[in-house]
Amino acid sequence: MSRENGFKRFQGTAGYIASPALVDAVNCAIALERPLLIKGEPGTGKTVLARHVAEGLGLKMLSWHIKSTSKAAEGLYVYDTVQRLNDSRFGTGDVSDIRRYIKLGPLGQAFASPERVVLLIDEIDKADLEFPNDLLRELDEMRFTIVETGEEIVARHRPIVIITSNNEKELPDAFLRRCIFYYIEFPDPALMRRIVAVHHPHLDAKLLDQVLIKFYWLREQPELRKKPSTSELIDWIAALVRAGVSLDKVEEHIPFVGALLKKEQDVDALLRYDAAGGRFPKSWAELGPRYHQ
Amino acid sequence: MFLELFYGLREEGVPVGIQEWMTFLEALEKGLHGSSLLGFYQLGRACLIKSETYFDAYDRVFARVFRGVEGSLGGELVEKVLDWLRNPKNFPNLTPEQLARLERLSHDELMRRFLETLEKQSERHDGGDKWIGTGGRSPFGHSGQHPTGIRVGGPPRSRSAMKVAEERRFQDYRTDVSLDVRQIRVALRRLRHLTRTGEATELDLDRTVDETCRNAGEIELIFRPPRRNDVRLLLFMDVGGTMDPYFEPVSQLLTALHEERGLRAFEAYYFHNCIYDHVYTRARMWRSDAVPTGDLLRRLDSRWKVLIVGDASMHPAELLEPFGNIDPRRVSATPGLVWLKRIAAYFDRSVWVNPEKPAYWDADTCRIIRKLFPMFYLSVDGLTEAVQCLVGARVATSSTQ
Repeated sequence: MSRENGFKRFQGTAGYIASPALVDAVNCAIALERPLLIKGEPGTGKTVLARHVAEGLGLKMLSWHIKSTSKAAEGLYVYDTVQRLNDSRFGTGDVSDIRRYIKLGPLGQAFASPERVVLLIDEIDKADLEFPNDLLRELDEMRFTIVETGEEIVARHRPIVIITSNNEKELPDAFLRRCIFYYIEFPDPALMRRIVAVHHPHLDAKLLDQVLIKFYWLREQPELRKKPSTSELIDWIAALVRAGVSLDKVEEHIPFVGALLKKEQDVDALLRYDAAGGRFPKSWAELGPRYHQ
Repeated sequence: MFLELFYGLREEGVPVGIQEWMTFLEALEKGLHGSSLLGFYQLGRACLIKSETYFDAYDRVFARVFRGVEGSLGGELVEKVLDWLRNPKNFPNLTPEQLARLERLSHDELMRRFLETLEKQSERHDGGDKWIGTGGRSPFGHSGQHPTGIRVGGPPRSRSAMKVAEERRFQDYRTDVSLDVRQIRVALRRLRHLTRTGEATELDLDRTVDETCRNAGEIELIFRPPRRNDVRLLLFMDVGGTMDPYFEPVSQLLTALHEERGLRAFEAYYFHNCIYDHVYTRARMWRSDAVPTGDLLRRLDSRWKVLIVGDASMHPAELLEPFGNIDPRRVSATPGLVWLKRIAAYFDRSVWVNPEKPAYWDADTCRIIRKLFPMFYLSVDGLTEAVQCLVGARVATSSTQ
C-alpha cells in the first residue's frame, strides 16, 4: 500500500488570504472527493474561495448560482421543448435528434468536461428545502441519466465541488453527512490587515489602524441591525482613499458611513451618536481586552 | 480511546453517524491530518461536525478525550501507520455490516497505536507536560471533569490543538434550542397549500402538445403558473404577565416561524392577555407600535390563516367586560371577546395554540375561548395538529357572520 498523497494541493493564491485551517479543509475535500460546504458570515469570502481554488490549481471553474426557484434537475440538464417544437413547425433544424435540444446545466457540464473542474454551487440555502436532497445521488455517484435519450453522463474526473450557504435554511442531514464542513470565522484584526493589504497595498499604516479600530468598534455595537462585513470594509477604504480623507478625520469621525452600514436605522443611529458628540475609539485599548495587541 | 471521541460526540447530542466517521478515517488514512494534533483536530472537525453550533461540543469532547496527548508525529511513523492498517480489530456495539466496513479499513487499532505513539513521543520530547483538569463542568460523568485545564511546564511555541479546543471560541454559536426549533420547523413545514397562482412562467407540455395538435400543427404554447405555497399566516402572540414562564417554547416557535421561508406572507402581532382595539407590531407594545385590530380585518382577506398563541387565562372581566383591558393606559370600549369573535368569524381558518398543559385548560376564560377557536397544546404534536387544522380538510365551517 503506498501513500496516497499524490493529489494536487491547494496552497492559497496571491489574491486570497486563506487561514491554514481553511486550506486544510479544501485539501481534505479534494483528497476525499467530497463536496466542501462553506458557511460563514456574509462577506467573509465564501464565494470567491471557489474562484481562487480553481486559480490556484489551474482548473476551469463552473458556477451555479442558486435562486429560490432553482431546481436540482436544472443543474444537470434542461430539455428545450419549445425550441424543438418551433424547429418542427418551421423546419429549421433536425428535430429527430433529441440530443440537440438537451442543454447541460452547470453540474452536467462539470461531469461531461474532459478535464477536472471546480464547481461552485453558490448559496444552496436559497433553494427549496428538498433541493440538496435531490442532488445526493448525482454528487455521490457523479453520474446521471438523461431521461429523454437514455444517455448516461458519467464524470470523467470528479469535479471539486464547493458549496456555500448563508444559513438561511437548515440543510438536510443526509446531505450534510456527505460534505466536508468548514465555517469561515470572521477575520481577526491581524488577518484583516493581510486581507486589506491585498486590496489596498499602499495604504498608510496609521490610517489602516484607525480604519480597523472604527470597523471593529462598529461590529461590537449590539444595536446594529446589520454588522459591516469584510467586503464593506474594503469598499469603505476605497471610498476613503479616493476622496482623500485625512487621517485626523477618520480619527474623530466615521466618514462615508453609507459604505459600511446598509440599514437606514443603523446609519441614523450612528449619525445621531456623532451629532450628540459621541466618542469614537482611537486606540485598540479602548476596544477592550479582546483586541489587545 | 479513539472511539471515545465518536461516542463522546454522540453523547453530547452531536449528530455524528458512521458515514462521517468513515470519512474521517479515510482522511486519516490519506494522511490529511498533516502529522500534527492540530491538523488532526481540524480534520476531525471538518469531517465530523456539520454545523458551527456544534463546534463548542466538539471542543469540549476533544479536550476531554485527548487530554495529555500532545506532540507531533515524525515522518518515519507514516510507514508504521500504514502497517497497522492491515491489523483488524473487533468492535463492540456495531452491526455486522458496519463491522465489515470497519474491518476492511481497521482504523481503530491504527488510531489507538497512532495516538499512543503520539503520547509517548510527547512524553519523551517534551518531558511529560500534561494537562491538569480543574473544571468539573462536563455535563456527563463517566470520564471525569471538563478540563478547563492549566498547563504545567513550558508553554509550547506553536499553537496546539488542545489549546484551540480549550479556548472554546465557538461557545457563542452553541444553541441547544436549535434542535427543538428544527422539530418545530418540521411541524410547520406542513403549513402548505400548493396552488398555481401568479405569473404563468412554466410550460405546460401536455396541454401545449394537445393544443398544437388541435391547431393542426400550428404551435400553441400553453404556460401555467408554477406551483407555490399560498399560505398566508397571521400570528397573534400573547406576551408578558402569565406568559413569562413559557418564554422558551414560545420564542422557539417564533424563531421557527420567522425562519420559515415557505410561507407566501407572514405577519406577527402582539397583545397582552386578550386582543382589544389595538395589537402591536413589536413585543414591547409601545404606543408607536400599535395597529388598530379593525384595520387588520379590513386589510387582510379572509384566506389568511390565523394562529393565536396565548395561555387564554385571565380575569373574566378582561375578556367579557367593556374597558376590560388590564392595562389602564390602553382603554378599549369593546370587550375582548367581541374582538375574538370577529377574528374567528372573519377568517376562514384560525387556531389557538396554548403553551399551558391541557390539564389546566379549565379556567372560565379558557373554556369560552375554546368554543371560538380549536385549541392545541404548544408541543411538536400539538403544532402538527394545529397546522392540519389550518390547512387540512375542513372540520367545521365558521366563516358566516
